[in-house]
Amino acid sequence: MTVIEARGLRKAFGTTIALDGVDLRVAEGRIVGLIGPNGAGKTTALDAILGLTSYQGELRVLGRDPWTERDLLMRDVCFIADVAVLPRWIKVSQALEYVAGVHPRFDRAKAESFLAKTTIRRDSKVRQLSKGMVAQLHLALVMAIDARLLVLDEPTLGLDILYRKQFYDSLLNDYYDRSRTIIVTTHQVEEIQNVLTDVMFIDRGRIVFNCSMEDFESRYVEVMVNPEQIAAARALKPMHERPALGRSILLFDLAGEHGANSKFDRQQLSALGEVHTPSIADLFVAVMSNQRTTTGAAR
Amino acid sequence: MNTHSNAMPESPLGSEAPAVFSASRLMYWSIRREFWENRSLYIAPLAAAALFLFGFMISLIHLPARVRAAAVEPGMQYGLIESSYTFAALLIMGASIIVAFFYCLDALHGERRDRSILFWKSLPVSDSVTVLSKASIPIFFVPLLGFAITLALWIMMRLLSGVVLLGSGLSLPTEPLHFSLFTMSLMLLYHLLGIHGLWYAPIYGWLILVSAWARRAAFLWATIPLLAIGIVEKIAFGSSHFAHMLGYRFSGGSGTMGSKATGLDAVLMPDMSLGQFLTSPGLWTGFALTAIFLALAMRVRRSRGPI
Repeated sequence: MTVIEARGLRKAFGTTIALDGVDLRVAEGRIVGLIGPNGAGKTTALDAILGLTSYQGELRVLGRDPWTERDLLMRDVCFIADVAVLPRWIKVSQALEYVAGVHPRFDRAKAESFLAKTTIRRDSKVRQLSKGMVAQLHLALVMAIDARLLVLDEPTLGLDILYRKQFYDSLLNDYYDRSRTIIVTTHQVEEIQNVLTDVMFIDRGRIVFNCSMEDFESRYVEVMVNPEQIAAARALKPMHERPALGRSILLFDLAGEHGANSKFDRQQLSALGEVHTPSIADLFVAVMSNQRTTTGAAR
Repeated sequence: MNTHSNAMPESPLGSEAPAVFSASRLMYWSIRREFWENRSLYIAPLAAAALFLFGFMISLIHLPARVRAAAVEPGMQYGLIESSYTFAALLIMGASIIVAFFYCLDALHGERRDRSILFWKSLPVSDSVTVLSKASIPIFFVPLLGFAITLALWIMMRLLSGVVLLGSGLSLPTEPLHFSLFTMSLMLLYHLLGIHGLWYAPIYGWLILVSAWARRAAFLWATIPLLAIGIVEKIAFGSSHFAHMLGYRFSGGSGTMGSKATGLDAVLMPDMSLGQFLTSPGLWTGFALTAIFLALAMRVRRSRGPI
């Protein structure tokens, strides 16, 4: 079942084009990482999906138009749009009461049991909590909602590594099941690599890369090439090359558009050096730099 | 959908929660939320009442002497007691109006300033419910609260002065006021709900609209355009219809504020009967304006994010 379907999604702020014809399809049960440089349109894309901004083009989230039906959509969609958006004046107990009051799918007992694992006190106000505790509280509220789509926009920005780890751990262990869909954006890509089922790169308002993690692992290979074999390796047309400790790391696309490169495979590459799966961050850099050079050449 | 399968046996009653909550339930929680956030809505009028009560208790020291003096001239009895009742009501009204105005100016601005709008918008509460719940605060709840606090204060004043007079061997004048406490309360309720609530509704609506729209300095955006219209009209046409219109709205539609004799009746005595009031064009023009302002505020809030 399709949770999000976008075709030709556009959004301009004055002369700045934030979304330049985004085509997007997210199926149920996926955990999608939306990765992109600052100002690439990540937040605008999520805002459109959440009904926070108007747009041109076609967009359906759970079969609804988010811009005109935000309140209906929010029965099935949850989001943490940023760290620290909980009102600072609200007490923890009031936050629980209020969400229970307005959200038909909120399970207060569940939220209480998440909070019981933290040191957050019910009579504290949000302004008295640390940044990490606010994130925990927000996550507890969101995880107690039986939603079909959860959108997380930089949910761990500014949190220390312990809280970040904990955040994704509880998300996966206590929340995610195969009927839920999660979209997450973050700059700390390496921390979510093994959480994701799909990864998308967005640049200048367009989706420039879209791949499931299974495909990702079988398709992309990084080889740490010894200096003496570098010429042979370069002949295989890597996507990207970067130096590392006197050697070079070359990234290959085994099924890429680089001239149907099935003439070589993993075994061939392992003869050139140490082979491993690249990190999303490395692939991101490779895709982005190719993107920039090709669009640069076209102009 | 197998998400419920594990939770079902644990909570047989709660698990079948309705998929939709009624609008009145959403309104109820939205209004409660406003009182959690804006405690000044009740603290300010309560503080005014406490201040008054403090002064009043001190003044009770002289009450027996003043009653004895006034006994010579019966008319004075009314004046000396009645004026303090009026003053109590006015003080609470003043506090209520000030908090109501500032509440409206901040209503849809504060949530953008502290970014909490992103949290509120993540919940299944529409912009219409949000705006209506916020508008209902100055239109209904502040007047009702002001009424309840004033009435409680009046009753305490009457009890206290009764005790003091009894203690000094005097009795409270059988009918110390032109009106009974009950009639006075009804007049006060009518005044507060009618004038401060319904008649002022377009003012609150305008302030809420500005608070949704302005990026900063909501107070200036709310006032300067009105001033500008008045000035331009004066320069261009030499007339001041707009200024009169505003004056008409603020004066509660009578335009005769303060021209009558002083005393409680002058402040609270309705200029119009209930029927006249409810059919007056001024009230309905106000409602129409309120509806326009609030509808605009709903539209504006939809596209607004943190600032």
